[in-house]
Amino acid sequence: MSLWELLGDHTFQTVLLGTMGIGAVSGSVGCFAYLRRQSLVGDVVAHSSLLGVMLAFLISYWLTGQGSKSLVLLIPGAMVAGVLALGLAQWIVSNSGVREDSGLGVMLAIFFGTGIMLLRWVQKSPSIPGKRGLESYLFGMAASMTQADLIMIGIVGIGSILVMLLLWKELKAFTFDPLLTQSLGYRTRWLNWILIGLFVNGIVIGIQCIGVVLMIAMLVAPAAAARQWTESLGKMVILAAIIGATCAAIGTVVSAIVSGVPTGPVIVLTGTAIFLVSLLFAPKRGILFANRKQNSLAMAASQERSE
Amino acid sequence: MTTPAIEVEKLTVTYGAVPVLWDIDLTIPQQVVMGLVGPNGAGKSTLLKSILDLTPKLTGTVKVLGQSFASNRKRIGYVPQRSSIDWDFPTTVLDLVVMGTYGRLGWFRRPGKQERSDSMAALERLGMAEFAGRQINELSGGQQQRAFLARAFVQDAPIYFLDEPFTGVDVPTEKLIVKLLHELRDAGKTIVVVQHDLKTVDEYLDQVSLVNQTIVASGKVKDVFSEAIIEETYSGRSRICSANPQGVA
Repeated sequence: MSLWELLGDHTFQTVLLGTMGIGAVSGSVGCFAYLRRQSLVGDVVAHSSLLGVMLAFLISYWLTGQGSKSLVLLIPGAMVAGVLALGLAQWIVSNSGVREDSGLGVMLAIFFGTGIMLLRWVQKSPSIPGKRGLESYLFGMAASMTQADLIMIGIVGIGSILVMLLLWKELKAFTFDPLLTQSLGYRTRWLNWILIGLFVNGIVIGIQCIGVVLMIAMLVAPAAAARQWTESLGKMVILAAIIGATCAAIGTVVSAIVSGVPTGPVIVLTGTAIFLVSLLFAPKRGILFANRKQNSLAMAASQERSE
Repeated sequence: MTTPAIEVEKLTVTYGAVPVLWDIDLTIPQQVVMGLVGPNGAGKSTLLKSILDLTPKLTGTVKVLGQSFASNRKRIGYVPQRSSIDWDFPTTVLDLVVMGTYGRLGWFRRPGKQERSDSMAALERLGMAEFAGRQINELSGGQQQRAFLARAFVQDAPIYFLDEPFTGVDVPTEKLIVKLLHELRDAGKTIVVVQHDLKTVDEYLDQVSLVNQTIVASGKVKDVFSEAIIEETYSGRSRICSANPQGVA
């Protein structure tokens, strides 16, 4: 199929709209995760959501006799699992001497490991209808997106963006200086959970298209790339959204044209490529620029000495 | 006698099972510059934070201007340690100062013209007007501290808590900060400042509290700042437990 035929195809349009929406939402909320240095939190949510996906699938099978892979069901399952994993990690950290990263790592392992076990078990049991394609939640399968899935992604995504805009001032201040924000009378406990909710949303909307293993890259890479080019939080969030949507579009088109290429990895690799280019070439913050500046400083210093 | 600015009663703070502050009673009168002085790890910053309810207390009550802390929390402007934030955050100096107005704005309301002009005025007072549009990651230590103070002054609070405002700043900045603190006191405000340098206590402070897990002494500088008490504060560090709690500045 040529690119133009592809773009005219209704099913493909649905998928493209969905993946671009995912890229924009996870890219923009990812800026806050990046600035709070909470990438690991995002990864715990992403990996843990596999358990939620499997349980939601099994519950639908037990209730109806047919396992459902609709995001309308799986996204809430993933959200519950993600929040539960974070909540348990926080509980362990505040009730023991275990450090935060260790607590998070342990929860990731438990939830993801259990998710994988359930996935294997479902795949091996012969009598569960609807189980085909479940394994694609690991690395993503954009082509299976339905209209209902797109609507679910839209609700979660637009909801997240609205919360971000409505609480922009509060989220910015809290991310920048939580102590000040609390001393100004804001309930930072709420702000913390609102931000975590945004990260969870930014992750779970991508579990179908990009997959639980790689979704963390969509939270982090566009934000890290955008930070290289701008010194304003507002511009950073917009740029990260654009980068996320662009990666998603490229990945979706490539995996549709080239057969046998999964969507998730292509999207994520495109994002990583944009990040690497930004890391090297961005003015002011880029590595090349910084090196050149250092060299010219060294030259100026040695010249001063010889004079 | 007028109402004290801050009254702390029976305040105890622990990190896990390690006591950081032990049974502290402290009264800070209005319209003074009060310094908290003591060795590293004595709990000076923790004392400020626990008064501000930024750190959980095991026991203790705090009154602000005679009323409960909860009803009067916004009447204390807080300047955290400079090192407590990431100065590479993508924002400008003016933006940072405008954040000081978020307390009076409350949830959802955005800062407008009024908030920005108040913030510019605060920057001018600290000799930082020309830096308003700069990125905060381009500032020197002294300029960072000035921006932090502008952010606090824009709150126009009757009480200010400053955590180590003189650490890592240049001499002109230190002198300017002291001058402003004295001006604020003369205008009726109360200032509490965590200070490291013992040599400048006489010059900068009206009152001093010597802290080392407990309050060793507290009062007018000329009354309590004696060699014997300094000695007691800096050597008698094992009154409760032998280990110095780590990571407590």
